[in-house]
Amino acid sequence: MRTSYNISQNIDWVTIGLYALMVILGWMNIYAAVYNPENVTSIFDFSLNSGKQLAWIGTSGVIIIMLFAIDYKAYDSLAYGIYWFVILVLLGTLVLASPIKGSRSWLVITESVRLQPAEFAKFATALAVSKFMSSINLRQQNWKDQAKLAGLALLPPSIIILQNETGSALVFAAFTLAFFREGMSPLILIIGAVAVFVFVLTLLIPQWYLAGIVTLLMGGYLWMNFHRVKRYLPTFVGIWVAVLAMVFSVTYFIDNVLQEHQQNRIKVLVDPEIDPLGVGWNVTQSKIAIGSGGFFGKGFLEGTQTKFDFVPEQSTDFIFCTVGEEHGWIGSLIIIALFMALLTRIIFVAERQRSVFGRTYGYCVASIIFFHFLVNVGMTIGLAPVVGIPLPFFSYGGSSLWSFTILLFILLAIDAHRKLDLGR
Amino acid sequence: MKYLEGRKYVIQAIFLAIGAVYLIKLFYIQVLDDSYKTAAESNALRRVVQYPFRGLIYDRHGKLLVENTPVYDLMVVPKEAKAIDTLKFCQLVGITLPEYREKITTAKQYSYVRPSPFLQRLTNVEFAAIQDNLVDFPGFYINARTVRGYPHKSLAHGLGYIGEISPRQLEDTAYHGYRQGDYLGISGLEREYEQYLMGKRGVKYTMVNVRGIEKGSFKNGAYDTLSEAGQNLITTIDLKLQEYAEKLMEGKTGSIVAIEPKTGEILSLVSAPYYDPSLLTGKELGNNYMQLLRDPVKPLFNRPLMATYPPGSIFKLAQALIALQEGTISADTGFPCNWSLVKCSHRHPYPANLGIAIEQSCNPYFYQVFRSVVNRGRSSNVYKDVKLGLDDWNQHIKTFGFATKLGIDLPNEKRGLMPNSQFYDKIYGSKGWKFPTIYSVSIGQGETGVTPLQMANFAAILANRGYYYTPHIVRSVGENGKPLPEYSVKRYTSVDPRHFPPVVEGMQRVVESGTARYASLNHIGVVICGKTGTVQNPHGKDHSVFIAFAPKDDPKIAIAVYVENAGSGAIAAAPMASLVVEKYLTDTIKTASRKRWEHDMMTGSFYKWGD
Repeated sequence: MRTSYNISQNIDWVTIGLYALMVILGWMNIYAAVYNPENVTSIFDFSLNSGKQLAWIGTSGVIIIMLFAIDYKAYDSLAYGIYWFVILVLLGTLVLASPIKGSRSWLVITESVRLQPAEFAKFATALAVSKFMSSINLRQQNWKDQAKLAGLALLPPSIIILQNETGSALVFAAFTLAFFREGMSPLILIIGAVAVFVFVLTLLIPQWYLAGIVTLLMGGYLWMNFHRVKRYLPTFVGIWVAVLAMVFSVTYFIDNVLQEHQQNRIKVLVDPEIDPLGVGWNVTQSKIAIGSGGFFGKGFLEGTQTKFDFVPEQSTDFIFCTVGEEHGWIGSLIIIALFMALLTRIIFVAERQRSVFGRTYGYCVASIIFFHFLVNVGMTIGLAPVVGIPLPFFSYGGSSLWSFTILLFILLAIDAHRKLDLGR
Repeated sequence: MKYLEGRKYVIQAIFLAIGAVYLIKLFYIQVLDDSYKTAAESNALRRVVQYPFRGLIYDRHGKLLVENTPVYDLMVVPKEAKAIDTLKFCQLVGITLPEYREKITTAKQYSYVRPSPFLQRLTNVEFAAIQDNLVDFPGFYINARTVRGYPHKSLAHGLGYIGEISPRQLEDTAYHGYRQGDYLGISGLEREYEQYLMGKRGVKYTMVNVRGIEKGSFKNGAYDTLSEAGQNLITTIDLKLQEYAEKLMEGKTGSIVAIEPKTGEILSLVSAPYYDPSLLTGKELGNNYMQLLRDPVKPLFNRPLMATYPPGSIFKLAQALIALQEGTISADTGFPCNWSLVKCSHRHPYPANLGIAIEQSCNPYFYQVFRSVVNRGRSSNVYKDVKLGLDDWNQHIKTFGFATKLGIDLPNEKRGLMPNSQFYDKIYGSKGWKFPTIYSVSIGQGETGVTPLQMANFAAILANRGYYYTPHIVRSVGENGKPLPEYSVKRYTSVDPRHFPPVVEGMQRVVESGTARYASLNHIGVVICGKTGTVQNPHGKDHSVFIAFAPKDDPKIAIAVYVENAGSGAIAAAPMASLVVEKYLTDTIKTASRKRWEHDMMTGSFYKWGD
């Protein structure tokens, strides 16, 4: 039976098409970002980021072939092995790596080839939690299993935080979406959302006012509906205490836990006008670049803001500025539509898996890509704090492209064999 | 298990919601809000004004008076100037290490990424030495610009100076097109001829990167315009004569104005005390200006145009001309030197005719001349009669250019004062004055104010026997241009030219046998006609005045000299005027006695002589 199975008929060509389109558009925008009108070099020039990216794209092709060639069952059976191996590499990097821009997260292979293991921790963790998920039932309130799952998901970001790569660590929060699909209580998502909301409010409103408003609102609600809610009074009081505790700890958290550059990124988010030449520079310039694009954009290679270094990190984290400036709102629309299409397709692919492992992994992939999209595009238009994480398939960088390719194509490899899976 | 499947819609909804929110926000900043486009342009487009070469200024013989000299500033961009060998750099530009640190700190305070001047106005030698080695010091570069330069130190008041446009001018619509930091003419010719000298500015749009480094032209220069150099000015000034006249006035206070009567061209225009025009250029302008402003002798005050003095006895010539025109005297009219009317300056023979009266500058004579014009018995009411007479007189005197702005092509010309009936009515009331109240006007004292320029113009009128061209200082805008059209209009006075010869005869007698014998040019065979004036001055010694023209029959130069507090007209103004005339006509000073005079005038010996 195995021998007669033709995987090419079962490969999801829609996803591959979307992937290819995004990678090629990304490559062209990287060229536009580093393009210098005074010294025009070919898009293939290896001294430029665009030339290097082409090499990363080529090697990604090799990786894709390898991923399809590997026995698909290996992803399931080797999941923990891969996970622990990556944990070891992460720890090793933490100990051995020399700091680059304050971060001990790079493995220097040669002068120009460096790898960031944190990128690969994403798919490894996705595999491990999916594997673990397929062996338990998340809904059955088994505290021990839930704690193990949380541990699996939290161990890599903890090491990554120690490496001083907070941005990459935040990505692991995306797993909650996948867990939610598999039965995690929606309360956790709601609490998370409320926490973010309260956090932002605390930045905008002085804490004593905010505490007063919360108390008044909750007190008022209790007063009006006392008879119906009195059963839940302890919960009610608990929520009140929790919110107040959060309100008062946010300031402490920002001032004492966060490092200065992180504090600034949050302050800039709330008020981009503070210090536009200093901490607000990135956000201000990024918005200027995107905003100057207009409806149709300035045209390929015609962008002045990204080309002349006004926007920092323009081929990596701020690649979306190039799109916004040179291709306008139409360009932004196309990119966002591509992401929406890809995410929708991944959910579709995930849902057609017969195994919990495959489906969970599919949701992990969607969640991770979504989280990157959310934060990366959000920061360029001032809706999210400046967190240095790449835009999947677009940003320049080998580690990033490889890791997203592996992440996505493991799913496609599993998917290609879904009909062989008996499911549960 | 099935019910969990519904959660895929929740997740899908979250994804799509974020996508929609981002698209809306993007639509807002990209399509609806235009401010980002403006910000992007000001970010990456630099509008560089191409300053044209300002027009040069020459004297009448083509000698350069004002030029543009290049100066070199050493600029620094602190951000790029970090990794340099500071010690070597200090040796190169010749400063000490603490000086270097101080200058870098100043530059950083201005901007970390924008260029600011590190050392200003390098000499050519310094420039050459630094330029070659500058490649080793990133962040430093040379910026060349031009400032006004003056090969000679003459004519500071006339030339004027340029300076940065003031905030008030920036708001004024008359200065449309100027921008903050632009230079423009502030006084003198620089101001009067600003529109010709400035040329036409060009604009170049270049694209710059975040560090302000140019990255080529915008749209291949489609929006650029070229600059056009300003037009040169050829002035009427004779530099040699100007320098000579300035030398004569060194250490004194007053004016010398010399005019070519046939054209109204000003040959020299001296305001003393004067200053070196190069003081008001470049970065020391502000300091030097304040110093000159605070100087008690007021060197910035342009006396020929702005100082109004009583003209003194030279005014008697005008009185005679008006009386002749009105027919109240003839050339042969005699009046007694009656000291009870007004004191005369000295004892002299009976002034039997106008010629002798002018020669002796007889005060009582001209008292009676003026009275003959003013009190003509046209009304039985003495108050009304004097009003009619004075207003007639005032009409005449204005046609000589007194109490009017002549319209010289320099700013801030003063009008001066010639009284009319309204003027005295205001002071004394309509019935409060008659001739004895105003008699001192007859001898150019009292309520009269005349600028040295008007005096020189008066001399030119006498030289021309009845007309003048408006005095002007520019004979050509551009190399082969013309003066402005208003300067080629012949302007006649209200006195018929036939009345001039007897007055001119009198002026000749003044030099030959009258009050100004020192001014004679007999030794070079030139007949000079002149008139002295000694102006009483409540604040000290008399002012010394002289107007003259020469030669008598083909006048080439008319001149007015006014020396404050020097004593009588004969001892300072007259010899000075004759020296200037001799210098102009023969290019030299001939005899030993004349050379001694020259020395005395230059050193101001007359200050020591008695009253």
